[in-house]
Amino acid sequence: MSTSVVSPGASSGGAPIRSLEAPGPRIGEKIIKAVLWATATLSILVTTGIVISLLLPSIGFFQQVSIWEFLTGTIWAPAFANPSYGVLPIVVGTLTVVFFAILIAVPVGLASAIYLSEYASKRVRKTIKPILEVLEGLPTVAIGLFAFNVLTPLIRELTPFLPWTGPFSIGVAGITVGLLIIPLVASVSDDAMRSVPASLREGAYAMGATKFEVAIKVVVPAAISGIIAAFVLGISRAIGETMVVLLVAGAGNPVLSFDPTKGTQTMTAYIGSTATGDISQGTITYDSIFAVGALLFLMTLAMNVLAMRLVKKYREVYD
Amino acid sequence: MADEPDYSSRVALPPRTRVAVGGAREVTESLFTSGDRKKKIQGTIFLGLLLFGLSIALISIAAMITWAFVAGGPRLNTNLFTNVPSVVTPENAGYRTAILGTLYVIGGVIVLIVPLGVGAAIYLEQFANPANKFNRFVDLNIQNLAGVPSIVFGILGLAFIVRGPLSLGFVAAAGSLTLALLVLPTVILASREAIRAVPSSIRDGSLALGATVWQAVWRQVLPAALPGILTGVILAVSRAIGEAAPLLLVGAVTFVTFNPSFFEGGYSTLPTMIYSYAKRPQEELQVLAAAGVVVMLVLLIMINSVAIYLRNRFERTW
Amino acid sequence: MSETTTPSTALPEISVSADKVTSVDTEPKNTFELRNVNVFYGDMLAVKDVSMAIPHNQITAFIGPSGCGKSTLLRSLNRMNDLIPGARVEGDVLYHGMNMYGPKVDPVQVRTVIGMVFQKPNPFPKSIYDNVAFGPRLQGRNGNLDDVVEEALRGAALWDEVKDRLKDNAYGMSGGQQQRLCIARAIAVQPDVILMDEPCSALDPVSTGRIEDLMVELKKTYTIVIVTHNMQQAARVADRTAFFTVLANDETGSRTGVLVEYAATTKIFSKPDDERTENYVSGRFG
Repeated sequence: MSTSVVSPGASSGGAPIRSLEAPGPRIGEKIIKAVLWATATLSILVTTGIVISLLLPSIGFFQQVSIWEFLTGTIWAPAFANPSYGVLPIVVGTLTVVFFAILIAVPVGLASAIYLSEYASKRVRKTIKPILEVLEGLPTVAIGLFAFNVLTPLIRELTPFLPWTGPFSIGVAGITVGLLIIPLVASVSDDAMRSVPASLREGAYAMGATKFEVAIKVVVPAAISGIIAAFVLGISRAIGETMVVLLVAGAGNPVLSFDPTKGTQTMTAYIGSTATGDISQGTITYDSIFAVGALLFLMTLAMNVLAMRLVKKYREVYD
Repeated sequence: MADEPDYSSRVALPPRTRVAVGGAREVTESLFTSGDRKKKIQGTIFLGLLLFGLSIALISIAAMITWAFVAGGPRLNTNLFTNVPSVVTPENAGYRTAILGTLYVIGGVIVLIVPLGVGAAIYLEQFANPANKFNRFVDLNIQNLAGVPSIVFGILGLAFIVRGPLSLGFVAAAGSLTLALLVLPTVILASREAIRAVPSSIRDGSLALGATVWQAVWRQVLPAALPGILTGVILAVSRAIGEAAPLLLVGAVTFVTFNPSFFEGGYSTLPTMIYSYAKRPQEELQVLAAAGVVVMLVLLIMINSVAIYLRNRFERTW
Repeated sequence: MSETTTPSTALPEISVSADKVTSVDTEPKNTFELRNVNVFYGDMLAVKDVSMAIPHNQITAFIGPSGCGKSTLLRSLNRMNDLIPGARVEGDVLYHGMNMYGPKVDPVQVRTVIGMVFQKPNPFPKSIYDNVAFGPRLQGRNGNLDDVVEEALRGAALWDEVKDRLKDNAYGMSGGQQQRLCIARAIAVQPDVILMDEPCSALDPVSTGRIEDLMVELKKTYTIVIVTHNMQQAARVADRTAFFTVLANDETGSRTGVLVEYAATTKIFSKPDDERTENYVSGRFG
């Protein structure tokens, strides 16, 4: 019947008995598995590379500037004849961006998510989701240019009572970043709300609750950890945004100020504008890029880990 | 019904469910205390708010595209593609070398991320034991990397690729490698999702016929996951095309007047060139920057349309 | 039947059997012999202490309430459980006297000898032809497979229905046809045994009847082991029937399957020895 090793037992049973051993050593399979393993493990090398590339120059930096001076100093002037390395001005710049971004993205993103998850028909979802994805995929340099040329004059026009000065504004940069992260906040919240079991909704509907009540009192509370995760991811993205800030808030000298109408630098803008210029390796200014980068990395890492925890929390309940 | 004890006190509910159950109860109870009419108005107002939010997002997109066409209009001609960058004669400057630079850099990105990203996704979805600590660590690590700001990858590129161990210098290959590492986690996560969407019965069916795991993957799972993987790769590539921040650190900011090469000489890309023009004070260069935005947007809309088409064309309900 | 030579023929026959025969006095007519088999998922004991012999060229049915471990045990007969992380088998599972969990045994090779049909029809999203040709192609047969495909489809009583549309996608077939395609696909590999895990549970009564007829036909060539939750099905087709039940431990929440009784089907359904079997087959339980 088939080609195989015939064992002594076969003669009495009448059927040939086939070997259960591998026909070959399957070396190809082993090599492929090893190669695939290596590609998966590459990501660990990338992380290690990031940590090392941030850490080594940072160590050099902190041998000359104390960590305390770095974290609490209020003057950031690395390129001056009399340099000062207090990171607070650019941290405040970053936080201002985050504040305005959240102010825009949280209500709009959440509202969009509730609409998509609870109200929109399947067809509407299928149309709107790709559009939001396009917005998410827009190059930030394009958005930054648009904001500088259109949004900034528009906002100035609408708020003549504010003390606008130069062409740059950290507040407008924040609002623009907010627009940028709406799709992110919307789609992560939408996922969280859609993973709320239909039985919970049906239970409330069966008792005559309206759509609005189901959305606000059942679905949003049930999906709250996922929704918060969406906000946290949005914050993380806002912290890391570079091009919009460079274009809209300018790359002028950072001054410790909470005034959103002034231009200033953020951590990312400092890195972006300084690394583009001609600074030689080994100088303290060069190393300061990496020290700021390390701080930026730690801040976004903390946000991402928090978001992952939150997402895990709702997944554990419903999946 | 009145005899029924409170459901939430009868069973041990996890905290999140308790909130939901409590919410469900609250809604129900409120029904017996207030009028229907008010609820209906509330719902309508809420829907209006949601639509308003959504329209802000959509209007932003439309406004941006309109602005780019209007502001860049005067320069939307073939010179844009054939002329080289210049600050001396801005009215004649173009994007030729930057477009070529983008093609070089993105070509390199595609060559790198497809095998690396899909390979890692296959390993994690089809070979790795998810209970294994190392594999869980790899998984977490990839998710974390996906959230690292792009400019940090620029720092990595500067320290490890331009200088340091690889020392490629400020060349297109360095930009390629930097962007590839940036989008790699996205490609891995998207490919994993596509592979996971193939029902396990396909894999089991292959294995039960005497396929090795790799044969099952290569001949059945991967072909079925291909449209999804392709969509993920395209979306990741479109992100890479628009990315400027990390490239600022790895050299893509020079005004190159000669066609770039992959491993030597300066290079520039479309988004970094737009940024370089926009930073200059000349009015003509501002127009040129806007025209560059149009080129980039058209390119991206085309690429995204392919992804959307693929997704709708091959969407399979198992 | 003409065939290409597989590498296994080159192996000296004596070394193959000498390595694997752990017991010389195996009933030659038994395809499988299980001795004190335990199946674990991690720390959980899913099936406990099963000993039984599964005869050659007969249909053996595993019946019992859900959670009794009958599918788990079935999947340990072609090492499909290996694919579940943390799953492991203790005790001896002998196939023609060879220890199936021996160190030299290759699970991939095992599955070419012991085929499987699943609960839900799972054709590949390809043509009918490619579905059937998949197994032979895996074994390196890349030439014209028309004869192999036709023979397998005839063996699964499907040829007349599909011979004019072999290039059509298998997803266009009815559920019953899909399941017979899966059987044809398994036959094309020329196995010795076909394991069937509730093969009719997703099918209508007419399709179920056709598959049952097919099983009776197939047992002339193959040994068949079937898991079913349909007692009438077991009574109709099986030569021997094993009844399993589940022991639930309320303290730990664990559920463990045990073999209650294993005998000729007529005996199980007419005068079983165990009261639990009687209760189950008469519908008083489960």
